[in-house]
Amino acid sequence: MTQKPSHRVDPHLVIEKYDPEAELMLMHFGPQHPSTHGVFRMDLFLDGEIIVKAVPHCGYLHRAVEKLCEKLAYVQITPIVDKNDYVAPMTNEQSLVMIFEAMLKLEVPRRARWIRTIFAELQRIASHLLWLGTFSLDLGGALGGGTTVFMYCFRERELILDLFEEVTGARFHYNTHTIGGNRHDLPKGWSQKVLAAMDTIAQRIPEYEAMTTQNRIFQQRTRGVGVLDGELALELGITGPILRASGIDHDLRRDAPFHAYDEVKVNVKTAEGGDCLARAEVRVEEMKESVRLVREMVGAVPEGPINSGKPVKLPVQTKIPVGQTYVGIETPRGELGGWLVADGTQFPYRLKIRPPSLHAVSALPYLLPGQTVSDAIAILGSLDPIMGEVDR
Amino acid sequence: MNDFIHGSLYGGGIIVVLLTVTAMALWFERKMAGRMHSRLGPTIVGPFGLLQPVADVVKLLQKEDITPEKADAALFNLAPPMGAIAAIAVAAVIPFSSSIVAADLEVGVLYLLAIGALGVLPVFIAGWGSNNKFAMLGGMRAIAQSVSYEVPLVLAAMVPVILSGSMKVSDIVAYQAAHHWMVTWPFFLGIPAFAIFMLAMLAEANRIPFDIPEAESELVAGITTEYTGMKFALFYVAEYVHTLVASAVGAALFLGGWDGPFAPGIWWMVAKTLVLFAFIYWTRYSLLRFRSDQLMALCWRWLVPTGVVLVAASAVWVVFAG
Repeated sequence: MTQKPSHRVDPHLVIEKYDPEAELMLMHFGPQHPSTHGVFRMDLFLDGEIIVKAVPHCGYLHRAVEKLCEKLAYVQITPIVDKNDYVAPMTNEQSLVMIFEAMLKLEVPRRARWIRTIFAELQRIASHLLWLGTFSLDLGGALGGGTTVFMYCFRERELILDLFEEVTGARFHYNTHTIGGNRHDLPKGWSQKVLAAMDTIAQRIPEYEAMTTQNRIFQQRTRGVGVLDGELALELGITGPILRASGIDHDLRRDAPFHAYDEVKVNVKTAEGGDCLARAEVRVEEMKESVRLVREMVGAVPEGPINSGKPVKLPVQTKIPVGQTYVGIETPRGELGGWLVADGTQFPYRLKIRPPSLHAVSALPYLLPGQTVSDAIAILGSLDPIMGEVDR
Repeated sequence: MNDFIHGSLYGGGIIVVLLTVTAMALWFERKMAGRMHSRLGPTIVGPFGLLQPVADVVKLLQKEDITPEKADAALFNLAPPMGAIAAIAVAAVIPFSSSIVAADLEVGVLYLLAIGALGVLPVFIAGWGSNNKFAMLGGMRAIAQSVSYEVPLVLAAMVPVILSGSMKVSDIVAYQAAHHWMVTWPFFLGIPAFAIFMLAMLAEANRIPFDIPEAESELVAGITTEYTGMKFALFYVAEYVHTLVASAVGAALFLGGWDGPFAPGIWWMVAKTLVLFAFIYWTRYSLLRFRSDQLMALCWRWLVPTGVVLVAASAVWVVFAG
């Protein structure tokens, strides 16, 4: 455990005391801003270009999903949570369905668990690709080198969306997980297509590295910027790549295996430094690791049923017995958890979703002060917050 | 009187050609960016999307012309035409061939540096007059950047002046035609000076990796945040003309201008200008953006000292070897 730093930023700085002459500039950063695109706002108190205090405001994308879920039957909830983390919908569904399965004590067939693992890893690649693209866009501008990386990343992400489309029929909001298994089986010849896509991506990841993490301008913009120490990250409940970039070796895929992660070896990538560069490097390394995992697993999917095979006359009438449970899984952004309180009817009494991005955003008041406006964008981008998930 | 007629005719011609080329440069940039991004670029309007700039301009003309209520209307409206004029005016002293030049001033290099430096004023006026925090930050960054990069720009431009012994741009080109291009001999002075000159010109024209004043991912659109329609377009015209003219100046001062075998001088000049122009856009779509303080560090730590050394070395070279 690292030493508690004495110079930790005070996120609750009283501006009136700090600046009695009122010489600071208050800048409303968003929601009408290209980098927050309508869903997020930060109030930045600026001294010149240096940020003195940052107050993030969430809630622009609040859709009352948790409340809505209380009025929906369990099977109807899966397509709704797809829209929470709209960059990684697969893992959202999985987290939710796994809560129901845990409550119903349903055994998920091995084949379904393998398919879910492959989906999760593919989704991780897609999500990190999108992150890399948008992060470069934040650093490089919509009319510059940033767009080039962005376009390349989207080109490869498209390959993965095509793969998902072939299985589920949807490119984005899949609704492919049901309680007790999967809805769609893998089509014939899918694994060859996956391998081909993985070859393309594995070949191109070094290109992205050359354009981003190994690029001198990129390094200058990210090294030492937004340093998050591991202890603060743990205090704030930050998980996923951000935590691992701060040197804390924590990954639910290895530490609390779900799906079929207990049958494969996951190499968890960590980095020291905790700055934007470390976060970028961790994500790029994770992409490589995911490519390796998918390559290893896709050819070896076991035969068998893809769901627990209990015929249900009316899926909407699925009732969950009284009780409560928490299930958390590792998504591309960190630990996505769900806490379900069931009252024995076909509707949840309460469904609390624990999004990793919310905790990431909560680090902003600590990371931003002392940095410039340009760095603020880099830091915000490096935390990879998906506002649909933060606000729900 | 003769000079006046000559100036107006050639000047008018050069302006018309320059603005047309700027429009096509827009198409070229988009097409090139598209290819670099592994997409097609404009294809719909006209053959190969060639009419895309026309469509863009027509669209911008249709937009409502908004002056924000709290803005300083006079300054706000003054800035865009001023920016465009400052950018176009530099073209006056560039010799496009041995005879095609609008005004062959005795102090041509001084003129183009001075007018080029004027380009920062409309940027600041726009940033201040918009009464917008993003615009103001952009304006402040622009001031810091342009004033800093003025120094290496002048130092780099001094090298060909010292080597050729004249401030007249056509004399410098003629000197290169008679002797060597500045980048070929003495290359140890010419190439670094050329590199510094192009870098500083990029910074002056607010091009990536130096497009910090309008950094759209940070400052929305920087100084142009509040501008709409043709006023916005004028800033763009100014930027593109500035890039184009910077390429032409670079070609004239360092790459021998209209000097070249087999073809008339004008073709060589146009070809060199366009190659430099394409190079600028190639850079633009390859690199990310610097941060403001890093940009300043680059300028004061590397470009200015190197420029001073180059100027001193050119003087020594002229005295002892030239």
